[in-house]
Amino acid sequence: MSDFELLLREETPQVLSALVRHYGHFDLAEEAVQEALLAASQQWPSEGVPSNPRGWLIRVGSRRLTDLLRSESARRKREENVASLSAPEEFVASGPEIGDHGGRDDTLTLLFLCCHPSLSAASQIALTLRAVGGLTTAQIAAGFLVPEATMAQRISRAKRSIKQAGSTFEMPPESERDARMGVVLHVLYLIFNEGYTASSGVALHSAELTTEAIRLTRGVRRLLPDDGEVAGLLALMLLTDARRPARTDADGALVPLSDQDRSLWNKDAIVEGEALVTDALSRSQLGPYQVQAAIAAVHGTAERAEDTDWRQIVALYQVLEQISDNPMVRLNHAVAVAMASGPKEGLALLEPLDTDGRMKDHHRLEAVRAHLLEMSGEKEAARASYLLAARRTTSVPEQNYLKSRADSL
Amino acid sequence: MVTVKYMLLIYSNPESWASLSAEQRDDLTRSHQELTRELTEQGQLVSAAGLADPITTRTVSVGEDDTRTTTDGPYAEAKEHLAGFYLVECDDIDEAIEYAARMPDAKYLAVEVRPVMDASGLEM
Repeated sequence: MSDFELLLREETPQVLSALVRHYGHFDLAEEAVQEALLAASQQWPSEGVPSNPRGWLIRVGSRRLTDLLRSESARRKREENVASLSAPEEFVASGPEIGDHGGRDDTLTLLFLCCHPSLSAASQIALTLRAVGGLTTAQIAAGFLVPEATMAQRISRAKRSIKQAGSTFEMPPESERDARMGVVLHVLYLIFNEGYTASSGVALHSAELTTEAIRLTRGVRRLLPDDGEVAGLLALMLLTDARRPARTDADGALVPLSDQDRSLWNKDAIVEGEALVTDALSRSQLGPYQVQAAIAAVHGTAERAEDTDWRQIVALYQVLEQISDNPMVRLNHAVAVAMASGPKEGLALLEPLDTDGRMKDHHRLEAVRAHLLEMSGEKEAARASYLLAARRTTSVPEQNYLKSRADSL
Repeated sequence: MVTVKYMLLIYSNPESWASLSAEQRDDLTRSHQELTRELTEQGQLVSAAGLADPITTRTVSVGEDDTRTTTDGPYAEAKEHLAGFYLVECDDIDEAIEYAARMPDAKYLAVEVRPVMDASGLEM
């Protein structure tokens, strides 16, 4: 990402908030900001960055929004033949300069709005990336491998839904804030995952999503430095992303954690992630992101795969199971138990998952079973499980990996 | 993966197609227009198309020595043929099944729902 682009992305939520505070009309303001960003990316490289970039963007955005409000108002008059919308002059009275409201940062308010519970996860993600992240529709579409038109529809529909839900540009009431914060963190985590799991080649654009998710989460942490789960999520992202250079080989094939070349891991990210989660665990209320980050830190700080402290990982999974009912957690717990106490104990933990509707046909359950059977020397059964898992997955790299494991037996 | 792409494969056969009344054909057109519009508005439609009659099919195969053979007609000797498809993004297969069930084609013959492979993967 160029410095220009980074500057524009950093300013996006501030500029959008300023316009929404002044004019209302979140949907149109969001449109206007995108156009201001586009104008900046066309003009600044040749004309230089203005001395007050935010002021410049707010000015250009306001002008564009005024046009949009006028045409909106005219359109409505034509359609309804009544002046249902107040005359735009009211919005555009040349009042005081639209400013930053005494330096208040509205990014959180924006995030709460974009992660509104009335939206699907896919819409929350798309809107967050555009309105808070400052990405263009084309960039988001590339990240998710859908046509730009599809993504544009998703974004405008998300804005309509917010409007219909009657949401205003305000912080949710104190009583709802924790639940809403949970949604925001989940959306940031989903954006990260989307980028992290994208391997290589066709999905190259998606990797940018991890960088973007980390950038946005850092922004939230600046605003909420005492929130343990925000710190935990940022730590989890850093510790996971640190493995990215080692998780695929030169051909784009997946490399399992135990076989990764740990000298390729990003040491700085591991150090930062570990410090973040250690600090959060020592002084905030425990939450699932902190525990997942702690598990990632145990992996990240093992010099070699055989140095991994599996007993500690088992203990952390036991804690995680207490606070989140998630079959994926139980699956990973079984792997950790197998590594700490032997494959038979791990296989025993898989049994309840065979009747769990969310997991019983999942390829990862079969892949783990295959791995544990292989550990216990049951080659034939392991091979059959690897092949079944390979048939169940919809991921090409995972399928290739599972088939090659089967071939090696 | 937040959303998964599914291919909805619409099957037909010459008999079921020929037996449709004018009213049923209109209904079929209308249903597909509505579904396409809805999926488009929701930002879920990646692509959709109806395929021309199997009579227009050519089957291509290339032999060991790179010789190409093109024959008239479909590859598989089957009564059913692929009549059209939708490529959609859904939260899960159940949502995709709901869309498939709304096509009149599911009444006349069947619509297959198949997850699309993707390039993302998690290291094990």
